[in-house]
Amino acid sequence: MINDTELKQIANLAKLSIDADAQNETIKDLNAILDLATQLTEINTDDIPPMAHPLHMTQRLRADVVTETDQSELFQSIAPNTGNQHYLVPTVIE
Amino acid sequence: MHTKTIAELAQGLKNKDFSSVELTQHYLDRIKASDLNAFITITDELALQQAKSADEKIAKGEAGKLTGIPYAHKDIFCTKGVKTSAGSKMLDNFIAPYDATVSHKLNQSGLVMLGKSNMDEFAMGSSNENSFYGAVKNPWNTSKVPGGSSGGSAAAVAGGLSSFATGTDTGGSIRQPASLCGITGLKPTYGRISRYGMIAYASSLDQAGPMTKTAEDAAIVLNAMAGFDAKDSTASEQDVPDYTANLNDAINGLTIGLPKEFFADGLEDAVATEVMNAVKEFEAMGAIIKEISLPNSAYAIPTYYIVAPCECSSNLSRMDGVRYGYRCDNPKNLEDLYLRSRSEGFGAEVKRRIMIGAYALSAGYYDAYYLKAQKTRHLISNDFKKAFTEVDVIMGPVSPTTAFDLGSFKDPVSMYLADIYTLSANLAGLPAMSIPAGFSQKMPVGLQLIGNYWSEPKLLNIAHQFQQQTDYHAQMP
Repeated sequence: MINDTELKQIANLAKLSIDADAQNETIKDLNAILDLATQLTEINTDDIPPMAHPLHMTQRLRADVVTETDQSELFQSIAPNTGNQHYLVPTVIE
Repeated sequence: MHTKTIAELAQGLKNKDFSSVELTQHYLDRIKASDLNAFITITDELALQQAKSADEKIAKGEAGKLTGIPYAHKDIFCTKGVKTSAGSKMLDNFIAPYDATVSHKLNQSGLVMLGKSNMDEFAMGSSNENSFYGAVKNPWNTSKVPGGSSGGSAAAVAGGLSSFATGTDTGGSIRQPASLCGITGLKPTYGRISRYGMIAYASSLDQAGPMTKTAEDAAIVLNAMAGFDAKDSTASEQDVPDYTANLNDAINGLTIGLPKEFFADGLEDAVATEVMNAVKEFEAMGAIIKEISLPNSAYAIPTYYIVAPCECSSNLSRMDGVRYGYRCDNPKNLEDLYLRSRSEGFGAEVKRRIMIGAYALSAGYYDAYYLKAQKTRHLISNDFKKAFTEVDVIMGPVSPTTAFDLGSFKDPVSMYLADIYTLSANLAGLPAMSIPAGFSQKMPVGLQLIGNYWSEPKLLNIAHQFQQQTDYHAQMP
């Protein structure tokens, strides 16, 4: 079950911040979902392979050739901040 | 005009009873006068342009079956040059730079897009109350939910705001709103319709499909949506038949399986009565009824609510405030940019599912949750394999209740439990439908049909035959 420390770890993995006043409610909701998941322990799944694909299809491969055209200008036109064909973010290395 | 089916509208356009521009304007007027909140974006200018061009094609005799028909497109499908929000603040400013394959195919069919329909944020929800753009109201009773996640699509069709709509179904998001709004909804076999440009929630479960007034309309629209797509690595290469070809086949001798688990505790009596009345109707049409068992179906809820969040935590990691979508103001550093963009951009339910997924996939918990759920998924799928050696189609309820009041579910888990009858078909990848089957206290009740892989022609045939004998599908609020 999730406690305060684990909530911080999960939030960090998920890159989400949880407001201090919402912390208890979040822990309660997440634990209720995990409670639901504990029903799975009732089932014997020894020797049952995990289901990787609903139709058991294998990954289709394609020839290793360029099929996309350069649309970087179009794609960057919707970005929050760009410059010199790069996506701009706050300085990472001072 | 808004009471007509696609088939009837196409005939009206062909006979020049009305033009596509007139038809489109009629729907746009109805949308603007409506208070259902079924649309996030109304594309009136584009719609009238498309209608004008459709009228030109009709005049030249170049029209296809769908040319000039107005529809609502779920706001999860990318539409080039038009906002595609997925019901989220995160994508409120996202103008898609390309068309989803489904959008492209529907454009090619000469359809007229009225707008983008409202939905639960990133398709996560069963009531459409999780939309950044506000809840959608059920046209049968505006104090009730339309279902979700394709709630705007269902409300638009049921409320006569659109001739049909597109939807997507990851755990019941086409069938449950179709049931709650009294329309026909089809979730095809996994891989039947391309997922390219359909904003991903849980990729191994997501499947698009039509939401229509009738089974015949669903067949017409599925013809336009289905097919292989090299841009989706999970799209099937299976041939696409003409889905309208078998609608009139006789169904006497059809074997219908009723899973006893679908009629156990939790199902509202009035819903059970309507569903059983529909089954009796099939019996009168010559079908054979057989009780079957899907012993692992009760585990569909915990299985789904592990598998889907795991996939969503991975899929939604791309929403980081860097390349598109919402970015927080004045980020202090890169970490702050990620944290605040995501925390301010996502709603509560999306955050919950991302965190459950991140937890279930993390070191030390992967085997206990994700791997266990994927194994259980196999057992659920095996139950269906066994059932389809005995019966042609499985029938049961779609939802344990009719549409519930807006705001009536306070905690997430209690709403998850209402997905009990729809989740299994997604976990197994099977095609399934909801068709109008009656009313309880003036609210629609849906009947669920689950078929074997690629049995869409059979499902549509069964549904069409039922609709020849009943008029639940023809009733409007």
